Amino acid sequence: MSFAAVITSALILGGIGLTFGTLIALANRRLFVWEDPRIDGVSELLPGTNCGACGFAGCRAFAEGLIARRAQPAECTVMGSDDVADVADYMEVEAGEVTRRVARLLCAGGCDVAVQQADYLGLQTCAAAAAVASGGKGCTWGCTGLADCRDVCDLDAIYMNEYDLPVVIPDRCTACGDCVEACPVDLFVLMPLDHKLLVQCKSLLEGDEAEALCSVACNACERCVLDAAPGVIEMVNGLAVVDYSKNDLAAPEAIARCPTGAIVWCEGAQFQSKPGLVRSAVS
Amino acid sequence: MARASGAVQLAGGVHPPELKALTEAVQIRRMPFPDEIVLPLRQHAGKPAMVIVRKGNRVERGDKIAEADGFVSSPIHASASGTITDISLWPHPDGSYAEAVRIAVEPFSAQAARPRLVPDWRGLSPEQIIQAIQDAGVVGLGGAAFPTHVKLSPPKEKPIDTIVLNGCECEPYLTTDHRTMVEYPERVHLGLRIMMRCIGVTRAIVGIERNKPDAIAAITATVPGDLDVTVQPVTVKYPQGAEKMLIDTLLGRRVPSGKLPMDVGVIVQNVASVATIAEVFESGLPLIERIVTVTGRGVKNPANLIVPVGTKLRDLLNACGGVTEDAYEIVFGGPMMGTAQANLDVPLLKGTTGVVVLTEADCKSKDTHPCIRCGHCLDACPVFLNPQLLGRLAMVARYEEMEANHLMDCMLCGCCSFACPSNIPLSQLFALAKNALRTRQAA
Repeated sequence: MSFAAVITSALILGGIGLTFGTLIALANRRLFVWEDPRIDGVSELLPGTNCGACGFAGCRAFAEGLIARRAQPAECTVMGSDDVADVADYMEVEAGEVTRRVARLLCAGGCDVAVQQADYLGLQTCAAAAAVASGGKGCTWGCTGLADCRDVCDLDAIYMNEYDLPVVIPDRCTACGDCVEACPVDLFVLMPLDHKLLVQCKSLLEGDEAEALCSVACNACERCVLDAAPGVIEMVNGLAVVDYSKNDLAAPEAIARCPTGAIVWCEGAQFQSKPGLVRSAVS
Repeated sequence: MARASGAVQLAGGVHPPELKALTEAVQIRRMPFPDEIVLPLRQHAGKPAMVIVRKGNRVERGDKIAEADGFVSSPIHASASGTITDISLWPHPDGSYAEAVRIAVEPFSAQAARPRLVPDWRGLSPEQIIQAIQDAGVVGLGGAAFPTHVKLSPPKEKPIDTIVLNGCECEPYLTTDHRTMVEYPERVHLGLRIMMRCIGVTRAIVGIERNKPDAIAAITATVPGDLDVTVQPVTVKYPQGAEKMLIDTLLGRRVPSGKLPMDVGVIVQNVASVATIAEVFESGLPLIERIVTVTGRGVKNPANLIVPVGTKLRDLLNACGGVTEDAYEIVFGGPMMGTAQANLDVPLLKGTTGVVVLTEADCKSKDTHPCIRCGHCLDACPVFLNPQLLGRLAMVARYEEMEANHLMDCMLCGCCSFACPSNIPLSQLFALAKNALRTRQAA
């Protein structure tokens, strides 16, 4: 191979590279889209979990929303108040105020109180167990305890307690709703932390039938309806239902006479005291 | 045209142990009335029935207690005389709680003959017969409980030329259809005659697996001279009794993906359902009892019983001497496609073909192992899917990709799970995926 051939090929390749490089440079100039540099700046301050709890598709979309004034920094439920303040400072806006919401489990039927009628040996996921006689649990509305919600939670905000019930850690929960979607029996709801009156039961059975399957079931006795301010609690299909539009009227008195402890006054995390203890203290 | 006898067998499929010896020679007998009957309003495909009785009412055996809600629905009748004690939620064999009517059965009362509730079919036009069948609450007894009157009213633009009677009973253990064919072959033929008259079809083929020679002989011997009925023995293989498989084997017609047998001019009906049509018109009583196989090594006296619909599982097992010490799992339907039961209070429905009580030794180990790519599931799948690939997609919930790989053609026959040496619960995964896809599409 002669020296000339080497030179020629180098020149040809170099020429092609130069031509296309110029084209790309021109295209970059011509097709340039201006983007607010603050979007990148805000994105860096955001947590980057992409949980979607703010209602946007991810952290970047939330940043765009912030810049476009369609959202307020406090709507990000993952950040602590310091981080929210940082973002607000960076953007020179108000942080805004949002009531914190967390996921709440509407079942307190752990393996200590709920009747297990049969052993379930199939695929060990809640979705599978719920489809086969509720994983053998007597109450078919209750938690199957196989931790689909814990597995789906990206923020490690759920742990399984000794009675196979998922406990949500309020400080970590961002109310992203992943557990709501994962639960095959729809036991999770997203609720503001100031909704403290909770009915931790979804069993539609009434009276002894309900209690026979789970000692902390709502047996539809209606005592809470009478004890609460008028209209706060209503009986619907054998289940006490709290009307949260009247949450200001809710008070701990409503749970005092509950014979099973199905209705609780919950500050912070759920299942921190056993419902049975509540009852013995009252009686 | 029917292919040469036995030359064709279905592709795929498996050979599970038949285990029918426990009950295949046991004569059908009548079970005594239980003390309580529970009749769920949802026991057929389609909309649940609407209750028309109240708590405290007294009902006679055969009285209608719930009305069909729409065309694809079926009425429900009291299967014993007694008083309605409650209409409330009750455990349902599908694992949930469902609205049910509870009847306290009158002891020693005349659960006896009544004036005919169903008219004689001979004087009726096809439309009137179909109406009478709907009023009698007749549904398919093969498991899915699809209302029979809907099956008998195919749309005009889909002409039917052949009725296929399904006497395969390819599920292990079950002998309901087998005993029906052996003991009541005339009923099968009478029911078939009524069906042929309703649809206006002149040709019928009865497909029976070769492991039931006495049934083949009984049905062949009683074929009426004036009907064009062929009895066709077919290879013993699971799932030969799946309707699409059977049509392919008997007629060489492939039912396209997502279509129904009526799209290729065929109606498939299970022999027990056909016998029920005849029985309803013969006895004049609506569908209030059915034949159930109670079997498995976990039950003391396996039997084929005539059982009032709504009998609780507990009473049924007691009628068979109870369960043995080592009883481990109770399944409604056959072991391949049946549903495990967690509650002895669940009632038997119109579509319950059998109750199988398994011992621990009968059950597959619950330990699963990683897939070793052996391909047994591909050989076993009768609809040519790739269960190995679908299984991997299901584990990571990639349901849309599963749909693109024809998940919806899966009929959950369980062959792949049966064949898998690693015990991967493939068909359970597919059932979940199909459910998830259906809910997503509905939303």
